[in-house]
Amino acid sequence: MSTNPLILFAPLLGALIAGLFGHRLGKAMSQKVTILGVMVALVLSIGAFFRIAVDDGAVEHTPIFSWIISGTFHVDFAMFIDRLTAVMLIVVTGVSCMVHIYSVGYMDEDPDHPRFFSYLSLFTFAMLMLVTGDNFLQLFFGWEGVGLASYLLIGFWFKKESACNAAIKAFLVNRVGDFGFALGIFTIYMVFDTLDYAEVFRLAGSGHYPHGIDFLFFGPVDTITLICLLLFVGAMGKSAQLGLHTWLPDAMEGPTPVSALIHAATMVTAGVFMVCRASPLFELSETALAVVTLVGAATAFFAASVGLVQNDIKRVVAYSTCSQLGYMFFAAGVSAYAASMFHLMTHAFFKALLFLGSGAVINAMHHEQDMRRMGGLRKKIPETYLLMMIGTLALTGFPFLAGFYSKDIILESAFAAHSVTGTVAWLLGITAAAMTTFYSFRLIFMTFHGRPADTHAYDHAHEPPLSMRAPLLVLAAGAIGAGYIGRPMVEEGWFKGAIPLAPGHEALAHAHHVHWIIGWLPFGMFLFGLFLAWRLYILQPGLSGQIAGRWPKLYRFLANAWFFDRLYDRLFVQSARALGTGLWRVGDETIIDGYGVNGLANRIGLLAGWLRRRQTGYLYHYALAMLVGLVVLITWCV
Amino acid sequence: MLSLVTFLPLVGAAAILFAVHRDASARIVALGVSLATFLLSLGLYAAFDTSTAEFQFLEEVPWLPGLGIAYRMGVDGISLSLLLLTTLLTPICILASWESIKTRVREYMMAFLALESFVIGVFCALDFLLFYILWEAMLIPMFLLIGIWGGPRRVYAALKFFLYTLAGSVVMLIAVLVLAHQGHTFSIPELMKLHLPLNVQVWLFLGFFVSFAVKVPMWPVHTWLPDAHVEAPTAGSVILAGILLKMGAYGFLRFSLPMLPEASHYFAPFIYGLSLVAVVYTALVALMQTDLKKLIAYSSVSHMGFVTLGLFAFNRLGIEGGVLQMINHGLVSGALFLLVGVVYDRLHTREIARFGGLALRMPVYATLFMVFTMAAVGLPGTNGFVGEFLVLLGVFATSKGVATVAATGVVLGAAYMLWMFKKVVFGEIRHADVDALTDITPRELALFVPLLVLVFWIGFYPDPFLRLLHASVNGLLTQMAAGGVGAEHATLVAP
Repeated sequence: MSTNPLILFAPLLGALIAGLFGHRLGKAMSQKVTILGVMVALVLSIGAFFRIAVDDGAVEHTPIFSWIISGTFHVDFAMFIDRLTAVMLIVVTGVSCMVHIYSVGYMDEDPDHPRFFSYLSLFTFAMLMLVTGDNFLQLFFGWEGVGLASYLLIGFWFKKESACNAAIKAFLVNRVGDFGFALGIFTIYMVFDTLDYAEVFRLAGSGHYPHGIDFLFFGPVDTITLICLLLFVGAMGKSAQLGLHTWLPDAMEGPTPVSALIHAATMVTAGVFMVCRASPLFELSETALAVVTLVGAATAFFAASVGLVQNDIKRVVAYSTCSQLGYMFFAAGVSAYAASMFHLMTHAFFKALLFLGSGAVINAMHHEQDMRRMGGLRKKIPETYLLMMIGTLALTGFPFLAGFYSKDIILESAFAAHSVTGTVAWLLGITAAAMTTFYSFRLIFMTFHGRPADTHAYDHAHEPPLSMRAPLLVLAAGAIGAGYIGRPMVEEGWFKGAIPLAPGHEALAHAHHVHWIIGWLPFGMFLFGLFLAWRLYILQPGLSGQIAGRWPKLYRFLANAWFFDRLYDRLFVQSARALGTGLWRVGDETIIDGYGVNGLANRIGLLAGWLRRRQTGYLYHYALAMLVGLVVLITWCV
Repeated sequence: MLSLVTFLPLVGAAAILFAVHRDASARIVALGVSLATFLLSLGLYAAFDTSTAEFQFLEEVPWLPGLGIAYRMGVDGISLSLLLLTTLLTPICILASWESIKTRVREYMMAFLALESFVIGVFCALDFLLFYILWEAMLIPMFLLIGIWGGPRRVYAALKFFLYTLAGSVVMLIAVLVLAHQGHTFSIPELMKLHLPLNVQVWLFLGFFVSFAVKVPMWPVHTWLPDAHVEAPTAGSVILAGILLKMGAYGFLRFSLPMLPEASHYFAPFIYGLSLVAVVYTALVALMQTDLKKLIAYSSVSHMGFVTLGLFAFNRLGIEGGVLQMINHGLVSGALFLLVGVVYDRLHTREIARFGGLALRMPVYATLFMVFTMAAVGLPGTNGFVGEFLVLLGVFATSKGVATVAATGVVLGAAYMLWMFKKVVFGEIRHADVDALTDITPRELALFVPLLVLVFWIGFYPDPFLRLLHASVNGLLTQMAAGGVGAEHATLVAP
């Protein structure tokens, strides 16, 4: 009997206990129960990781029970752990555990404690379902499950109108992505008659399937390309890629620990994980890979450019997350899946650190999130400053910290792919790297350097309590060491059967041999970005305002995130509302009921009334009618 | 056994009429009788053999032998699952009316029990005449429930409901007579073996279609439903959404598909078209509703669109998904109407804008509301997902375009449900009477517990429910295959 299913059920149990009996158990007990659940999952995950990845054990596959059976359609709930899943297990349970502990301090004043911890554990359960499935439907289960948890947590402060709207937006935009994802699953089932990973990948690899199918008005299309692109639409929603990214910045309405866990380290990386998990399919379609590369690169560039001008501390980090996810995707697009997973892992540490650090800053400033009202905090909260600096350096790729290894290998892979899309991705990625450094240090400088903008808040700023500091220290250790420790992941074949590469897809192998100038170029970009940030925010603090004034249109374009929200509002929200009203008032009430149902009733009523009025009761009316009738009859007969 | 289950509620109604004179005891008798019926129907479930497609618990008593008419009863997996849904929902409805119905309680309970009898009878009838009589009979108690215990515009709504459905049934009567004439019998199992030429099938199909389409209801004959729901008392809405809407789809399954397979195939694109319009159109309309019950009523039309899509996919996944979706819709929309009833009883309004902030005063209620909202949205882990997923999977095999358009309904469904949920449950408290609300009582909670259990049970382990359907759907597919229609597998590769 394997203990692996306990990895799933321990957090679920914690969530149920805290959710159902939380108000009776009280605050402290709810915390303990959920933290215990996640810790059990963490310990077991570490065990599984050691067995599978360190001791080189076999893939562990434990079916739990059959979910849906109808005819030949058969789907199980299962625990499937190979090296790919093992890495995800560590990331998910590790960050989740840190975030649970951090929340004890951060949410201390909130009366709704049990509910919050219950949601966090529920999220952890759904995310673990997502990564441990052995089939596409369990993946989808987790996929929508994390969407629900995200919805609940973004809207946690449900009294706030903006939080509720952000929650709905996150759910709906993700639903749009899931729409594509579901169609992808339907296509997989139709083509392969199964949703099991192993079977699907085996059949796809063997080539025994119909290679072209008709899809809507596109005519016959390549089967695998179609499947991959549909699945990728789902990934774009979940991982906030350009086009379906609009929910992520708004999701910052949720409590900060949520942003760290869901919107930085785990849920948003589900799309990346999915592409890596389905890499045996993606490897078979050059078109799909090219799309993944371009979308990823465009997102990396777009989000970084928007991050340059944000003033809300959490929004800067949110756009940064969006941008870093773009890096992960274009790495996957050039078949450097291992680099993608490597960056996913390191990013989880330093981005969770940055978010939780921002939370500490917000906490210190009494729920102020606008960086323009901060400044000079390094003297008041030096420890937080140090931790934020570590996170920033790790993100921006300062030598020998986590991001240095993982981001560089991604850029090198894109360069070494020697394809048009790879080169485009490299150019956009290297530009985005400079922007990343700029906005990250802009954040540091605006928050911790210079003069305090709000002296009252500044005077009352304080370091966070121990329960918040301890997780930050653990994550900081990860941000420093994860890159060095995790390097073996990107060596050839570390992921074994989980990520088989098609012949010719050797970008990652070549990445180790690029020219040293290419290798050190990101560091050059780092210095350039740092210099600019220093020039604009330390040396000459008024200069940034002048630049914004010089190009107002460009500034507005960036500040409004390329106007995506406004476009979508006009295009979808307004038109759906107008259409809904029109169909209701005109379609249902005027046409169907007005002319149809009630109209018919009225006609019948009128006809009956007319007939009734003919029966006047006056003898001479009847006599006249008879006479006319008689005349007509005679005329006709004669 | 079947007759006992069918007529026990009617006996109960008679008992109330003759022997019970106090309101309080009428409630208790009604609840007792409906619970006994439920337990008996569980006995049916236990004794049911899931390995065969044959009708079971057969009863046959000659009635008008010269015309081939008899009292014939029997169930297969499909009708048994709908029967169980009925016997489950009726006691819940009676309990839901415990306090909210204050006038003419005895008559109300009698109407409800009679309705239960007729509905069960419709699902069990294996004789066309019996079926038709019960089909019409069930209109009467429903008409009374809306017309007597309904809201301010109850007379308009009741008449609209009655005339709409009656207009449909008249055409069906002609079709029934023609069919019986062709087969020289009114026995439904006998008539299923009949093979008619396509042109006759086409006319018969149209005859049945009008009646069933009104009941489902399909677009554009759906406009009676919002009015009926808004005016009906809570329990009336539950039974209307939960059971009566299933009649149309059941009719398609029991008659149109097996008896008229070629015509069904011939009209499938037409059905698809109407269903898609229903899914998308009513979802958009639901988005703009300001009355809670109207919103749920429109969402019902949208959800029933999925059912008809699934049935006319002509493959196992689609049909099993369609039937499961009928059950799911019964449970979930029933629960949603009950939830509306809970706040209506307290505030006497259904205006969405009058609520807001309920989560602050009614946390248990808010949690229940959340679960059923998510089930309506089709979140994995709830019953809604399993049904919708199977339907879409089945339809996708038949037509990718149809499945794609239908899937947009899933997005729109999330939009209106979440918007409604936010307006009602989230936000600040804006009205003094909302501030004074108390959470649901144990009696009210008892209404939701069985539904809640089923939402998750079907969501995580639908096997006991699907297993009930396998053999019957198999039989149906075999029958249709004899007409050259349908496909066993929804895939391109043979397993």
